[in-house]
Amino acid sequence: MAEKLIAGYTVDVNEEGYLTNPDQWNKEIAAEIAQELGLGELTERHWKVIEFLQNDFKANGKLPTIRRVNKVGGISTKELYELFPDGPLVKAAKVAGLSKPASCV
Amino acid sequence: MKKLLILGAGTAGTMMANHLNKKLNKNEWSITIIDQDEKHYYQPGFLFIPFEIYSEKDVIKEKRRFLPPGVEFIQSPIQIIEAEKNQVKLNDGKIIPYDILIIATGCRIVPSEIEGLDEGWRKNIFDFYTFDGSVALRNKLKEWKGGRLVVHLAEMPIKCPVAPLEFLFLSDWFFAKKGIRKDVDITYVTPLGSAFTKPRASAVLGNLFVTKNIHIVPNFNVSHVEADQNKLVSLDGKEVEYDLLVTIPTNMGDEMIERSGLGDELNFVPTDKHTLQSKNYENIFVIGDATDIPASKAGSVAHFEAEILTENIISFINNKPLEAKFDGHANCYIESGYNKAFLIDFNYDVEPVEGTFPLAGIGPFSLLKETRINHLGKMAFKFIYWNMLLKGIPIPTVPPHMKTSGKKL
Repeated sequence: MAEKLIAGYTVDVNEEGYLTNPDQWNKEIAAEIAQELGLGELTERHWKVIEFLQNDFKANGKLPTIRRVNKVGGISTKELYELFPDGPLVKAAKVAGLSKPASCV
Repeated sequence: MKKLLILGAGTAGTMMANHLNKKLNKNEWSITIIDQDEKHYYQPGFLFIPFEIYSEKDVIKEKRRFLPPGVEFIQSPIQIIEAEKNQVKLNDGKIIPYDILIIATGCRIVPSEIEGLDEGWRKNIFDFYTFDGSVALRNKLKEWKGGRLVVHLAEMPIKCPVAPLEFLFLSDWFFAKKGIRKDVDITYVTPLGSAFTKPRASAVLGNLFVTKNIHIVPNFNVSHVEADQNKLVSLDGKEVEYDLLVTIPTNMGDEMIERSGLGDELNFVPTDKHTLQSKNYENIFVIGDATDIPASKAGSVAHFEAEILTENIISFINNKPLEAKFDGHANCYIESGYNKAFLIDFNYDVEPVEGTFPLAGIGPFSLLKETRINHLGKMAFKFIYWNMLLKGIPIPTVPPHMKTSGKKL
């Protein structure tokens, strides 16, 4: 487990820079990760996605799928790609301080 | 007389019938199990059929053979669960009331979720997650002379997440044995960031694709298939061409779950990930592939769940708290070709790591290592499945909770 300084906060991250302790996440950290990923300034639409991912993760213990973000979160897949281009869930999860979409191995 | 009703007589449902038949007081409880099919399929065997390692007889037996006498078996499609009324309605209109319901209706592939798949289905687009699909693919591979083989994963979750990887490795071996490996370009297309996504597994297994000359297209979320052009198209406009497409379409829970209003957006039933009780009805329990819990959809998971759920159902009947907690334990062989395999053992909290299994320091199986004995374990598992697992006979040294001894944590 590594530590990383993000937006002035020391946080625990894994090899790929994903936060491993959700309690360490805050909006400033999210904004800096977004800059690192080349997403620019986070807008209200970005926050809507981030909040949905976080709430759904808290309720179900797992990252929602693109389908679920669309059907339950009410965010169209087209919009998701516009907000987080080229691998939207991977990027949105990282900004939201959650683990990346994964298989079992 | 109170009634415990099990929906689905697949791996999980059959195990629950056997476990509970031994535990419930027969003077107070009757057990009924409903399934529309008379045949039980050994689903891990489907992987071997396209490569002619197994044939039909290895994977099919009569369901009734594995259900204990004393458990009533109703062979019928289920119309709907009326959870508010504690009853299930069959297709012929017959009503079956219950005191406790166990949903074990599994999951299935739904090719129609991806536009265009139907047009090439069973022509040059195949699956190996159904019995019919694996047989059709075997027949196709017999005459296939080579070209671009694309193995494609549509979206997670799927039944047995390692099966696509096994299919890739076995393809590499199969075409090498046939002497046409040089004529086959093998590509894996996945919505995930890489073939191996857990850090420890990635570090150990990451170069397998390179050594086996299998290409990968990651972060590919399929939009549709242009079957007339032999092309997969992603949501952001990327394209992958194929000559033979082996796809793992969207997996969904049973349509009956949707009709009953009990499922999420993929018809999986919201379930407490530790107790396996339905989140919405306290006398409904869910097991196996039908749940939405963040565990792998695999027979080994259902096996471990069954032991936990049996305890919890006994507690529920006795008005005691549900104390048995499922930890997400899964245990899977990963066939890698050339009569070798990997083995992984993990749970909600511990990712697959290296070590020995089931006995610490002894094995005989090695975790995250490619060995011949792991392969022999996989081949022996068919016998264990038919003769022990389904009948609810515990496998010595393999308890439902994951052991950390023997693991390099």
